Formats: sequence, C-alpha cells, structure tokens
Amino acid sequence: MNRRIDWTAHIVLILGVALFVLPVWLVFAGATQDPGAIDRGELSLLPNLHGFGVFADVLGNGVAGATPVWRMLAVSFGMALAIAVGKIAISLLSAYAVTFFRFPLRMVCFWTIFITLMLPVEVRIIPTYAVMAGFGLINSFTGLTVPLIASATATLLFRQVFLAIPDELVEAARMDGAGPWRFFRDILLPVSAANVAALFVILFVYGWNQYLWPLLVATDPRLDTIVIGIVKMIGTDSAVPWNKVMATSVLALLPPIAVVLLMQRWFVKGLTEGDK
Amino acid sequence: MMASLKLEGLRKSFGATKVLHGIDLELASGEMLVIVGASGCGKSTLLRLVAGLEEPTAGRIVLDGRDVANLDPAERDIAMVFQNYALYPHMSVFDNMAYGLKIRRLSTAEIRKRVEEAADMLGLRPLLDRKPRQLSGGQRQRVAMGRAIVRHPKLFLFDEPLSNLDAKLRVTMRAEIKRLQRRMGVTSLYVTHDQVEAMTLGDRLLVLHQGVPVQLATPMEVFERPADIYVAGFIGAPAMNLLPARLAAGGTAAQLDAGPLVPFADGRRAGADGMKLTVGIRPEHVALVAEGGLALQVDLVEPLGSETVLIGRLPDGEMLSIKLAGAAPPEETVHVAIPPPNLHVFDAATGLRLEPRG
Amino acid sequence: MERRTIFRGWLLPVAFVLPQLLLTFFFFLWPAGQAIYASMTRQDAFGIRTQFVGAENFTDLFSDPLYLDSIRRTVVFSASVAVLSMAVALLLAVFADREIRGRGLYRTLLIWPYAIAPAIAAVLWVLLLHPQIGWIGHGLRALGIHWDYKLDGAQAMLAVILASAWKQVSYNFIFFLAGLQSIPRAVIEAARMDGARGWRRFRTITFPLLAPTTFFLIVVNVVYAAFDTFGTIRALTRGGPGKATETLVYKVYVDGVENQNLGSSSAQSVVLMLAVILLTAIQFRYMGRKTER
Repeated sequence: MNRRIDWTAHIVLILGVALFVLPVWLVFAGATQDPGAIDRGELSLLPNLHGFGVFADVLGNGVAGATPVWRMLAVSFGMALAIAVGKIAISLLSAYAVTFFRFPLRMVCFWTIFITLMLPVEVRIIPTYAVMAGFGLINSFTGLTVPLIASATATLLFRQVFLAIPDELVEAARMDGAGPWRFFRDILLPVSAANVAALFVILFVYGWNQYLWPLLVATDPRLDTIVIGIVKMIGTDSAVPWNKVMATSVLALLPPIAVVLLMQRWFVKGLTEGDK
Repeated sequence: MMASLKLEGLRKSFGATKVLHGIDLELASGEMLVIVGASGCGKSTLLRLVAGLEEPTAGRIVLDGRDVANLDPAERDIAMVFQNYALYPHMSVFDNMAYGLKIRRLSTAEIRKRVEEAADMLGLRPLLDRKPRQLSGGQRQRVAMGRAIVRHPKLFLFDEPLSNLDAKLRVTMRAEIKRLQRRMGVTSLYVTHDQVEAMTLGDRLLVLHQGVPVQLATPMEVFERPADIYVAGFIGAPAMNLLPARLAAGGTAAQLDAGPLVPFADGRRAGADGMKLTVGIRPEHVALVAEGGLALQVDLVEPLGSETVLIGRLPDGEMLSIKLAGAAPPEETVHVAIPPPNLHVFDAATGLRLEPRG
Repeated sequence: MERRTIFRGWLLPVAFVLPQLLLTFFFFLWPAGQAIYASMTRQDAFGIRTQFVGAENFTDLFSDPLYLDSIRRTVVFSASVAVLSMAVALLLAVFADREIRGRGLYRTLLIWPYAIAPAIAAVLWVLLLHPQIGWIGHGLRALGIHWDYKLDGAQAMLAVILASAWKQVSYNFIFFLAGLQSIPRAVIEAARMDGARGWRRFRTITFPLLAPTTFFLIVVNVVYAAFDTFGTIRALTRGGPGKATETLVYKVYVDGVENQNLGSSSAQSVVLMLAVILLTAIQFRYMGRKTER
C-alpha cells in the first residue's frame, strides 16, 4: 500500500464538512454579535466573547415577547420523546403479534398497518385535523403527539428484525419453558436492543423536526415547538432581532444533534439495515 | 429421572405433503436411540414432534406413561440440544443454563448448584461469566449441552448437535456426548445424517427414508443385515456395491449379470430361478485374487493411509469399489472375487432383503 | 415470509395489535376515507350545504392551469433536490470510503446534519441568503447581482432547492457509504488486478454495484422533496413570490387551511395519496427483486 497522503480525499471531505459546519458556525457566531452590525450585513466569523448572554436571554425571555425558548424546547423535547417511546412501544407489540402468532385476520391486521405507509400526514392534513377536532384534541399535547405515533415504518422494521431471529432461539426458549410474554421480555427485547436504540434516534429526530402537524393542531402559543417558534420569528416582516433568532436556532439544533452523535453507531446501522 | 418413551402411529403432514407415515417406537429407560437418514427424510420433524414444537397429525407420544402429544413443550419435561446451539446471545453462560430453571422457579441455591455441577462436568467453570460470542464453537456446543443437563429432564433430544463443528472437534464431542449420556442415564433421541455418529452413539438406530421407518435395530445389525437396498447403500463407507443378478440353481446361488455364479453360503432363497436380484457386497469384503474371478479395470485409486480404495469398472460396465488394507497393486486391471459368506441378497423388485428360508 | 415457530393462542396477540389498529383506524383510515368522500363533495359559499359532485373536483383540478403549474413545479423541484443532494452525497461517500487518516472523524462530521429539521435548515439558509444580512446574499449583491429571493421567483426556487437538498445530503451520505462498504473487497481487488483505476473503476464497477442503493435513494429523495419540505418552503418563501415555490403539498395547505376550500383540497389530497401509493409500489417492487437475489 502506498503511504502517500490522499490529498484529493482530504480536500473534498474538508469542503464537504465545511458545507455543513460553516452555516451552523456562522449562525452560532452571529448570535453573539451586535444586532445592528448583523443588519448591516457585517456578520463576523468570530464570535463576540461578550455576547454569550444572548443564549440565556432567549432561553428565559423569548424573542420579542414570544414564548420563552426554554418552554418551546421543553414542548419539543416532550413531543419527540412521546413520539419515539410511544411508537416503539406500540410497534414492538404489534410486530410481535403478527410475526410470532397465528390469529384470525392476522394478515388483514398486517395490511391495515402496512397501508399507513401510503398515507403520510402531509396528504391527509385536513381530514385528520377534523378527526382531532371531533375528539376535542386540538391544542392539546395528546393531539400533538398521538396521530404521529401510529405509522407503519417502525412496525415493519421490527417485523423484519423479528423475522431474522433464528427459529431455534425461539424453540430453545420454549423448551426452557418460556411462554409468549416471558419470551418477549427475556429474549426478544434484549436481543433487539440495538434496533430499539437505532429507532429511538430516528424517531426522536423525526418528532423533534415536525412542523406541519404542530402548525395545524396547536395554535396555542404555549404548545409552540421550537421549530414552529423559529419559523414564526422570521415570519414577521418588521425588524427581526437576528441575533436572537440565531441563538434560538443553535439551541434548537443541539438536542437532536446530540442524540444522533451520542448514538451514532447504532443509529447508522439501524437506519441502513432497517429502512430498506 | 429414568423414563421410557413410546411413539404410537405418529404421523405428520404439512398440508397435502406427508412427512411422516406412521412411526411406532419404544425406548427403554436410559436408552440412546439414533434416528438417521438423508436430509428431508423427516427425522427432524420426528424430533420436533416429540419436543412439542410441532403438533402431530395423528398418533400418541407417551413419555413415562403419560400421553404428552397435546402438551406444550414447557410441560413435557424434555430438553433439547439444537444444531446451531441457539444460545441466548445476550445472556452469560451461567444465565443461559439457568434460564429454564428460573422459569421453573427453582431456588437460587438449587440453580447455582445444578449449573455449577453441569459446568464442572463439561469443563465450563472458568467460562460461566462469558457471553456466547466470546466462546469457540466447541465451547458453545458444551453450553448447549449444559443447558439441557441442568434441567434433569426425562428425555434428551439432540438435533444434529455436531454438524457445525470441524471434523476433529466432532470426534471429541461425539465421545463426550456418549460418556455423558451413559453417566447420566437419560433416555435420549439423537438425530443425525452422519452414519459414523449414528453407528458410534446409538444403542439402536432407526433408519428413516422418505418419512417411512425402514429399519430399527442395533448398529451392528443394521450394518450386517441391512433391511433393504436403501439402508445397505446408506450405512457404511465407502457405500456397499450393489450388483444386478438373477436367482439361479434352485435358489441356492446368484447369477451376476457381470458373469460369475456366486453360491449362497447361508442357505436357499425363495423364488423362481431367473427372478431379478440385487446383490450387495461391501468394498472391504471384495477379495483380490491372483487370477480368475472378475476383471476390474481400475479408474481411480484413493490412498487413505492405512487403507486404499479402488474404484473401477467390471467388464459389463458396472462400477465396483474395493477397500484394501495397505497400498494398492500397481496394475491397471485387477482380478477380484466375491466371497459368498459376505453376500447380501435383495429382491430387485421390492428392494427388501431376502433371508435364507427356514 | 413466515416464521416456523409460533406461539399458540390468539387473545394475547390481538391485545397486542389492538393499540396500533385503533390508532391506524382513527388517524389514518378514517381521515383518508373522509378525504375521499370530501373530494367528491362541494360546499356552498357559506359552508352550510354540502352537495355531492362526483368526480367534478378532480376534472376541475386537472383543467386548472394553476394546479398543472404546481405539478410541473413539484416535478422540477423534486428532481433537482434528488439529483443535487445525491450527487454531493455520493461524491463525499466515495472519498470517505477511502482508507485515509481521520475518516472516522469525517464520517461523524458528515452524519450529524441528519438531525437538522427541514424548517431549521431553511432558517439557516435564510440567514445565508438574506439579501441584507446573509453572507451569500450580501456577497452576491456586492458583486452587482440583483439578488432578492423574496421578489424573484427563479431565485426563490433556487433557494428552496438549495436548502432542501442541503438538508438531505447526510441521509444520502449514510446510505451511499453503507452501500460502498457492502461491496465485497474481493470485487474491488479483482478490478484492481484487472487494471481498472480511478474514474474508470468507479464508473464500471463501483457505481453499477451501488445501483440498488441509488434506486432506493431516488425514491426516498423524491418522496422527501415532494412531501417533507413543507416546513422548508414555508420558512423560506411561503410559497412565493406569487406562486413560484408552491408545490403540491404546499398548495393543499393553502387551499385547505387558508382558503378553506375543502372539496378541492381533499381532491388534491387524494391525488397525492395515489402518488405515494405509486412510489411505494415502485419501491417495494424493487425490494422484492432484491430479496429474491
């Protein structure tokens, strides 16, 4: 093997990394700078070391009288967590039922769940809104999360994982005297732990990044997610306090990025093996 | 812990496909019975029926005097060693062995005692805290055995437990399984496609062919008096030579299509002269002669060290193999004779063994 | 595919699928049915009387030049996003797959953008492209280019394409890299022994072997661009200027929520459902072929 440094690769990859790091860095640096200077287009790449107070400011006070950012972060966090946990729980159970049992209408159940793949929330926004209104769930945390819990992707993924579990492992557990519930708890869950972790990352990011559904179903500012909040901030045509918007953007980016980075190994494996 | 096993008219079909055509079998307490046959013969299905992993289409499975055919595997008090070991990947060796006992709510002290006892028996003591992925193939195999042993079951089932090991380890583990089974005296069913395993391990063999039991006997009996052409060809390596022939001389000899007339050493066979026969002779029984006999044109010489296998063709085109002690003669054509005492005679039409009359 | 080993009983499994079935029914099947029903009705101006009109909403839709424009726009937008983000991702993946120092770090630095929300990506790009405060916007103006994506339709389209493609690169990168890593080393080594190098080796060996990944990603990217970019467009351009960036999904929202035209909006939803069904069918057809191999 040659030991020369592969300059082409390094240059291409550094440019690629810059393509993503630079905008985020710019926003981070911008957050700390004087709003007047930003308005004049004099954004510096160097953060102003005396300007970090802006993060505490938006967290506690919000931007231009809107909901404080900590509150929006809390709503986003709760929503992402509820969607991830709820979806994992529900799809583990239903995938277990359709793969490990024979019961009447089993395939009907499976296809019913499967169909939801074809009905993303974006194509049925208005009637779903009507259903939620009928249940009186508009402007409630339940309304925000529950309709996003029931999609088929996670169920299909777990079904695939479960189908790949060797028959003999199940049989060994049965010979050891494990019933369906014990098998689920003692064998299936621990064996699928890596997949659960990967799916958690994917779903947490999915939940955190929702925009259209919260926009429709939660008009109460107290239920604003961080994503909704930021888009609202830049939506006004009047003077936008850009440094505060930038500070909020940085805060909005951190939690999902942290989850992805912390669980990178499982996440990448789970995404590429399962999503196909 | 000793228990007998009795299978009565056991049948299994998957849809329209009949997999087992009625198995009747009785195992004495402590006996090791090996079920042997080619892949797809139904031997694994038979084992899974006994285990309770499949439901029989018809028939009874009587374990220790109780019909267990409709019980869940958990209620049968049977332990099984799987081909791929099926160890729980997330559990330590200790927990793998202890799991079945925990479910049966044994006391912690009793579980520890039993697991350690089995671990000592199998040389697994130092490995109890490891995960399966940290073990070698042979060690995993031992854990799978240990998991069965700790249960103190009425019946052991082995589903080709050695087929994933390399050749050398297989021999070692084979001896170990036999030693353990003897020592513990647990009634056992052992499924394999490997005839050497079958011969060495079994107190008795059941040869299955396409879902039908063709012979149930001790290993030596199966070898010395195969019940039909299938068994004759299946047991023994290299396989028995099977030559076309006709009944001759009033039932006292076989007229080989290849030429010679071979008299029966053990007596007359029933049937009209000219009836089609298949005559079997094991390669190690074919004798080399200086001259006369049959001329065999040698195609292939396989030296195995202590012995040599010659494969060649008779004048009429029939293949014949010979196993010789020592090295092969240098000639391209050798002369062979078929010693009458070692002859196996089968009815060519039914494939069944023809015994001497009376 | 079916399992060989199954547990007996039906009470437990039915109890286990029930939560998902209920959610599926109330939040998927029922609304979808409602959408199909509403797509065949029309309300009077006061929203009091509802009248059944059959396929009229659909014929109206497909004779409406605005809708046809929106279809065209969505196709251009989706294709651009897919091509751009996949090309960049493939380039990066090929180099990140090389045996170079620090490739673990490079990978991590290219994977994290997966976590960026489409709407937040748009906000970042607003901050870059804004004619007044953005680095790029400001720079373009300094060069004498009249840059203002809030007034120029073509520029607006470019902006939403850039922001949408940018957000999707890391997803594509993850899959391309996994695809590259699953190519057996022996195949690449054989190609090297055959003397294939550089671009030629990529074009004749690597890229064809990546075909399943590429195909999968095309479908995923088109679905993403067509359906998941509502937030991006809303944050950047609100569909404007005029209707320059109004894609089909955005139009459903505008017609249904802002203009309260339930019949037309529902008909549009139904058309989109059919589009998703088509794309899903394509994807599964390909998946079926993959498992057969």
